[in-house]
Amino acid sequence: MRIYPAKPNSVYLYGTCLVDMFDPEAGLDAISLLEQQGLKVIFIEKQTCCGQPAYSSGYTKEAKCVAQHQMDLFIEPWPVVVLSGSCGGMMHHHYRRMFQGDGTQAQVEQFCDRVFELTEFLVNVCRIKLEDKGDMTSVVMHTSCAARREMNVHVTATQLLNQLDNVELKEQDYESECCGFGGTFAVRHPNISQAMVEDKTRHLAKTNAAVLVSADWGCLLNINGAFEYQGQSMQGRHLASFLLERTGGK
Amino acid sequence: MGHVPAGPELFHAQANAALKDPQLRQNFRGAMDYLQDKRKNAFVDPVEEDKIRTLCESIRKRCLSKLPELLEQLDANCTRNGIQVHWAQNDKEANNIIANIAQSHKARTMIKGKSMVSEEIELNHEMAKLGIECLESDMGEYIVQLDGDKPSHIIMPAIHKNKQEVSDTFEKHLDDFTPTVDVDELIQTGRTRLRQKFHDADIGLSGVNFAVAETGTLCLVENEGNGRMCTTVPKVHIAITGIEKVVEFLSDVPPLYSALTRSATGQAITTYFNMISSPRKRGELDGPVEVHLVLLDNGRTQAYQDEEMRKTLQCIRCGACMNHCPVYTRIGGHAYGTVYPGPIGKIISPHLMGLDNTKELVTASSLCGACGEVCPVRIPIPEMLQRLRTEAKNPPKPDAMPMKGQASAASTLESLAMKGFAFAATNPNLYHRGAWSATKLRGLVPNNMGPWTQCRTSPKLANKTLHQLIKARNKQAGDK
Amino acid sequence: MKLTSPSQSAKSAILSKLRGAKATVIEKEILDYPVWQSHDSELLKQRFIAGLSASHAEVICVRSSQIANAVEQVLTSKACKSVIVGGACDETAGVSEYEGGEFLTEILKGASHLDIVQFGREFEVLKSSLFNEIDAGITHCLGGIADTGTLVLWPDKAEPRSLSLIPPCHIALIKRSTIVSNFAGMMIEQSWQEKMPTHIVLISGPSKTADIQQTLAYGAHGPSQLVVILIDDVGVAQP
Repeated sequence: MRIYPAKPNSVYLYGTCLVDMFDPEAGLDAISLLEQQGLKVIFIEKQTCCGQPAYSSGYTKEAKCVAQHQMDLFIEPWPVVVLSGSCGGMMHHHYRRMFQGDGTQAQVEQFCDRVFELTEFLVNVCRIKLEDKGDMTSVVMHTSCAARREMNVHVTATQLLNQLDNVELKEQDYESECCGFGGTFAVRHPNISQAMVEDKTRHLAKTNAAVLVSADWGCLLNINGAFEYQGQSMQGRHLASFLLERTGGK
Repeated sequence: MGHVPAGPELFHAQANAALKDPQLRQNFRGAMDYLQDKRKNAFVDPVEEDKIRTLCESIRKRCLSKLPELLEQLDANCTRNGIQVHWAQNDKEANNIIANIAQSHKARTMIKGKSMVSEEIELNHEMAKLGIECLESDMGEYIVQLDGDKPSHIIMPAIHKNKQEVSDTFEKHLDDFTPTVDVDELIQTGRTRLRQKFHDADIGLSGVNFAVAETGTLCLVENEGNGRMCTTVPKVHIAITGIEKVVEFLSDVPPLYSALTRSATGQAITTYFNMISSPRKRGELDGPVEVHLVLLDNGRTQAYQDEEMRKTLQCIRCGACMNHCPVYTRIGGHAYGTVYPGPIGKIISPHLMGLDNTKELVTASSLCGACGEVCPVRIPIPEMLQRLRTEAKNPPKPDAMPMKGQASAASTLESLAMKGFAFAATNPNLYHRGAWSATKLRGLVPNNMGPWTQCRTSPKLANKTLHQLIKARNKQAGDK
Repeated sequence: MKLTSPSQSAKSAILSKLRGAKATVIEKEILDYPVWQSHDSELLKQRFIAGLSASHAEVICVRSSQIANAVEQVLTSKACKSVIVGGACDETAGVSEYEGGEFLTEILKGASHLDIVQFGREFEVLKSSLFNEIDAGITHCLGGIADTGTLVLWPDKAEPRSLSLIPPCHIALIKRSTIVSNFAGMMIEQSWQEKMPTHIVLISGPSKTADIQQTLAYGAHGPSQLVVILIDDVGVAQP
């Protein structure tokens, strides 16, 4: 079990490249949520990508180069809050593994220890209390595999939704099953990925939830794209935006 | 119709064929749901689950750390007990050993219990060339053999078929069989047809689940009793196993056995657990008069060389990783074209067959981690897949022993793209200009993005990046 | 010059590759895992029966005085015509070393209305009738495992292993006093590592398979029926 620090005064926000390009509003919403908790949020302009695409494709050397570059940007001892469980897993677990045995291993581990996914940070560090100001609605949530298995954040994301009095959290069949994204997997093995996302969208749609949320834009690119292709109206949004909206911050 | 896979190099075609077969898809989904459910009910207490997995991992790690010594101890103790021990570096040597034993007894028939290692060396095929008939007696294997097919799962070999399809197989290959979808009747058919074969067989062949170095004991896990039959009735028993199956102490067996059966089929214990320590002794009235043990390498020493890849040898062949794999669930076992399918197959096949043949397999995973989560000996399968992807792309490190097919997936174009990615991601100005122009030019994102858009629309870029929005926000705050 | 066989050269090649890896030796872990155990004889009995019953075995509890009666009833209810038991078939054959187990007298009495075969000779002689004629085999047990509802058999000269394997019905006699908590405990308590016999078999129910569409079917290749006669030899006052 991870031991969480006391609430700091300042945090770094790691936006991730997908939020940067596909849902920048979610990044702003996350900042608002953190600021509501009395935190100063620092967004380092020079941040780019965590390096996961290279790492998972077998290009460790390139991935390490990118990783080192990111780590060098976050010099203060503040937590680094990441807007994706997948990138969070990369930076919390896989950076450790990539630099194992290197001279910089100790520094890398110190950095990894400072990396938190947004929902685990809100729940376990901020001990956030949410007050639901929205109308009755129902939600279904998709948690990315990395978020679930590497960061254990399906628990914290659920805890956040459960704090919202007027939100009914719907259960889906095969909830813990992968949506079929897997980065380059979706294009290298398109037919297998298709079979997986078709099942995932079917299970999500079957819940008849009004809203689909996820804290991971990788999966949402996949799931939203598939829903739209099928002509279905369900479209997932980032959990940060949903939380901010429900608590009247927007 | 029997479906004989051609090999892992045809993975894409085989997977596509499986995806288009609705009956096959339904059979696998049903079976995986069942097996996942069974496992879940067998590990009700997460603390207990955690502890037994940690214990089993450390047992397997310890035994592997002493592997050469334990193999010698096993050899010595088996020999002392009267079991004849043979060593084989590859399939050819193993088949020669078994053929020599068979020929020394003028054997014509061999009845087999379930053994994936015998599939590895294509024993049935090789023995047939010498006029020795090998007959599978595990019910699933029996069905698969009638089809001229191969197992699609390491624990449940005929899992790709439903009862109607089994009836069809029997109708096609068995005389005097009346089609039925009554499973009891189907099993009774198998029982009746095989009973005489057990009676008549010259040799019984089995696999080994655990080989105990301390006592020279071969342990065999089963439910049907065919393992007992194969190791009791014929005059000669040949056991074949990979060299990694050795454990140090007898006391290592109970936790591993419990983790194995609960992970595999959710059973607290199987119907039978055999511990064989010698052939029939003087004065004893039954059991084989000769027992042979064949220890097979076949690429395992290659995996052993590397501390990280050595973890693949921790495997106790429970099949839980495939039962929980979303890819295996969709395409089934035959699509892999390897003896061992699913996640574990993806990480051991490169050592058995070379990375050049299996490079498509190591990419055929979304790295979702479901396999690693259920592995009773905690093999970090996703990490090993990532590692194998690296090996497939790069030449070996100077001090490392190269794998067969190392760097066979190296692609100049992809390598260039990744170098470009790394360059951009370490040059923020360039990166953000790229992201900025992407959002500006978002109207130009093609509607047809190849494989991505075959079932999804193109991703919609926002009109401003987060970097731009924050810049604007900060500026606004500064202006106030 | 000593000729090396292919197997011996394979052995040295394999071992030298393994040694070449220079793996760091890990010593025995001091780890434990929670496994079911109890010192309560009644709990042991209950769990043992529950486990076996869940595995589709029938369990009959009797006092020592009722064994013959129970054997007879089981054989009748299973419509057995012929039965095989341990021990010598013919005293004149000079096979006195094949004495049957502790309750042989009771077994013989209970089966006296049937054709009784006593093993007492080489398997090959009996093979055909074992496969084709005999309806039931009766054995004793070394002990029982309460945790999983398991019988532990150490087949020997008196009761060879095919007794519990080839006939379609296996009837096992077990003394309640021999039931222990779990497998690991039994092994350690009895120091198995010092005296492994030719063959040990753990039996938890009749033979079964789920190889066809995950549907459980009994009587795959071993006995389709397992009847356990549990002999209450524990001196507890019953209320």
